[in-house]
Amino acid sequence: MRENTFGHRLGAVLAAALLTTACTSGDVGDADAETGQTLTLWTRAATEAQTRAFVDTYNDLGRNTVELTVVPNDTYLQQVATAAGGRSLPDLLGADVVYARNFIRHGFYTDLGDRLAETDLLDELAPAHLDAATADGAQYAVPHTLDLSLIFYNKVLYREAGLDPERPPTSLPEMMEHAEAISALGDGISGTYFGGNCPGCLLFTLWPMVWADGGEILTPDGTASAMDSETIGPILQTYRDAYAEGLAPESAAQENGISWLQPFAQGTVGVAPLGSTMLRLMPEHEGLEIGVAPIRGMDGGESTFVGGDVLGITATSTKTAAAWDFLSWTLTEDVQREVLTSGGDVSVRTDIAPTDGTDPHLRTFHQVVDLGRVPTAVNFGATFNDPQGPWLQFARAAIFGPDPVDTTIAEHRPRLDSALDVAG
Amino acid sequence: MRSTGTHHRHRRRSTDRSTQAIVLSLPAALVVGLLFVVPLALLVWMSMTDWPLLGEPSFVGLAQYDAILDDPLFLDAIWFTLRYTLITTVLLTAVALGLALLVQQTRFGSGFLRTAFFLPAAMGLAVASLLWFALYSNEVGPLSDLLATLGLVDEPVNWLGTPDGALWSTVLMVIWRFAGFYMIILLTGLQAIPDQVYEAARIDGAGWWRTFTGITVPLLRPTLALVLVLSVTGSLLAFEQFYVLTGGGPDNSTVTVVSTIFRQAFTLFDLSWAAAMSVVVLIALVLANIVQLSLIRKGDES
Repeated sequence: MRENTFGHRLGAVLAAALLTTACTSGDVGDADAETGQTLTLWTRAATEAQTRAFVDTYNDLGRNTVELTVVPNDTYLQQVATAAGGRSLPDLLGADVVYARNFIRHGFYTDLGDRLAETDLLDELAPAHLDAATADGAQYAVPHTLDLSLIFYNKVLYREAGLDPERPPTSLPEMMEHAEAISALGDGISGTYFGGNCPGCLLFTLWPMVWADGGEILTPDGTASAMDSETIGPILQTYRDAYAEGLAPESAAQENGISWLQPFAQGTVGVAPLGSTMLRLMPEHEGLEIGVAPIRGMDGGESTFVGGDVLGITATSTKTAAAWDFLSWTLTEDVQREVLTSGGDVSVRTDIAPTDGTDPHLRTFHQVVDLGRVPTAVNFGATFNDPQGPWLQFARAAIFGPDPVDTTIAEHRPRLDSALDVAG
Repeated sequence: MRSTGTHHRHRRRSTDRSTQAIVLSLPAALVVGLLFVVPLALLVWMSMTDWPLLGEPSFVGLAQYDAILDDPLFLDAIWFTLRYTLITTVLLTAVALGLALLVQQTRFGSGFLRTAFFLPAAMGLAVASLLWFALYSNEVGPLSDLLATLGLVDEPVNWLGTPDGALWSTVLMVIWRFAGFYMIILLTGLQAIPDQVYEAARIDGAGWWRTFTGITVPLLRPTLALVLVLSVTGSLLAFEQFYVLTGGGPDNSTVTVVSTIFRQAFTLFDLSWAAAMSVVVLIALVLANIVQLSLIRKGDES
């Protein structure tokens, strides 16, 4: 009996081994079928609402089953690194668009170029996102969601402060003038707010102000910083003055991103740059009537940070055909309308234009998306998003530190450069 | 002939016994080998290679160790960790000893107090950190309001917002979390001191302080040594409390050695650098414990 069991087991193991070999060596095996598969998908919490809507709609079709795992933003890199080290990445892996280059460099994604070439998608998708997921001519991921940085302002407070609620600020100095007028209301109301201890919040909102007036943050290949005291200097100085004058609450210096949108959502902040995907999360109420407008530079130019996520198939996935079935489905026009634009989000397709019936906020989103930029750098995360990285130290020193802004820029720029340098 | 026979038999028995010993210790050896020696060897090997997340590692020798010494974050973290260890160990030992003396005698309420002091130790460190994170938050936490009501402060305390505030707030939480645990250890040491010794001291007319310095502390020394070793080792490896409470901030002022290893491995994806850092920390810990234990032994001989 014992031996019999052992024999059975041995047989099963051998059969499994043979099957595995057959599947990996054969061109078309069962495991590579387009339908009837169970796929795993990881995304960070920032994209949960949108990704879940995609997954639920897709699962209802019955072609494949996608199992969604949502990972907290702050631990996404850790989870991905651990999974990659243990060869257990999911079939579909989302990435903050600014991390795409790094994920590609570590070999997490498989090349989608041939599959994309069979479609007309390459002409229709947000070019900045496509570009961010390209390396050496290969296309490793496709746009999944767009998150744009814009000025959000509270029309209720604008009216109370005697400002015109239909006239959002047309330059950064004007935004701070509005903030000053609203601060004067007192009673726990602040003119503006920002994530003073949140590297991602700061870059997402401050960089478009630099781009708006023609300045650059990074060199084109993303291996060095292009910030100087003429481009980012006046912007940091404006924030420094605003904080010193008390236009933002003192807690802004400790805001690490966790409660970044809370004060505005509660209706206690007049005007501040935030992200377009947050609109869903902030229901209007008696004290909050939201207006959105493009982020402006010192001289009034407009720009936006095109953030959001890209989605790709991992290099370790054995179900690429089914994964592609899901991926290409999410990008079709109907699905984009059904899942994204109907919920107030921007489509990742450029051919879906707003119509007369479109919500005015969404219309503003569409207006700025073409002006927007996706900065790319292999070491983006380590340099800019990491709370221990050089960008947060730099921005905090400039806004809250004892030294003048120019001195801080001169002192910190070499640290940014060495962190960005891929060879170093 | 007879003696040879006995000798033979004796030797065979001892051979049997040593074979038996080897066989019996095999499971333990296997566990130690699998769970300790193999990972350690892998760690050392990892630290001497360029180890990508996906793909084949390549040997680079001691290059990673060279690079560590040029990393200002790691070097700053070493100083911060040493400072934190010193502060925590001194305060924690003092508080734990105070609590142990307080509940040493079995009298009305001492059982309740012992339980109350020990309860935080039953909580995970990460959970305790989260609890205190909420307590320190001026948005949701009651601490600042409480102090203001008592008239101790005029405006909300910026608990975690300044470098000093972040350090001392963390130390306070750690003392709350661990003092009861060390109190129990010290209590067992205290109760092992025979009553006769105290009686003799009393008859000789020794006061409380004289008894404490002349009898309690010397006889408690082995237990105190254990507490010191535990506290120093634990503090040198501090991670969760700072990860949850301060995230290394503000301005990188509370980055510990283990935080930098974690960042190197999981934020920067640089596994081999993190492995080299771990080896350095391991060697430092082994040395620190050798020094501490040898000091304790030296004390025992005198």
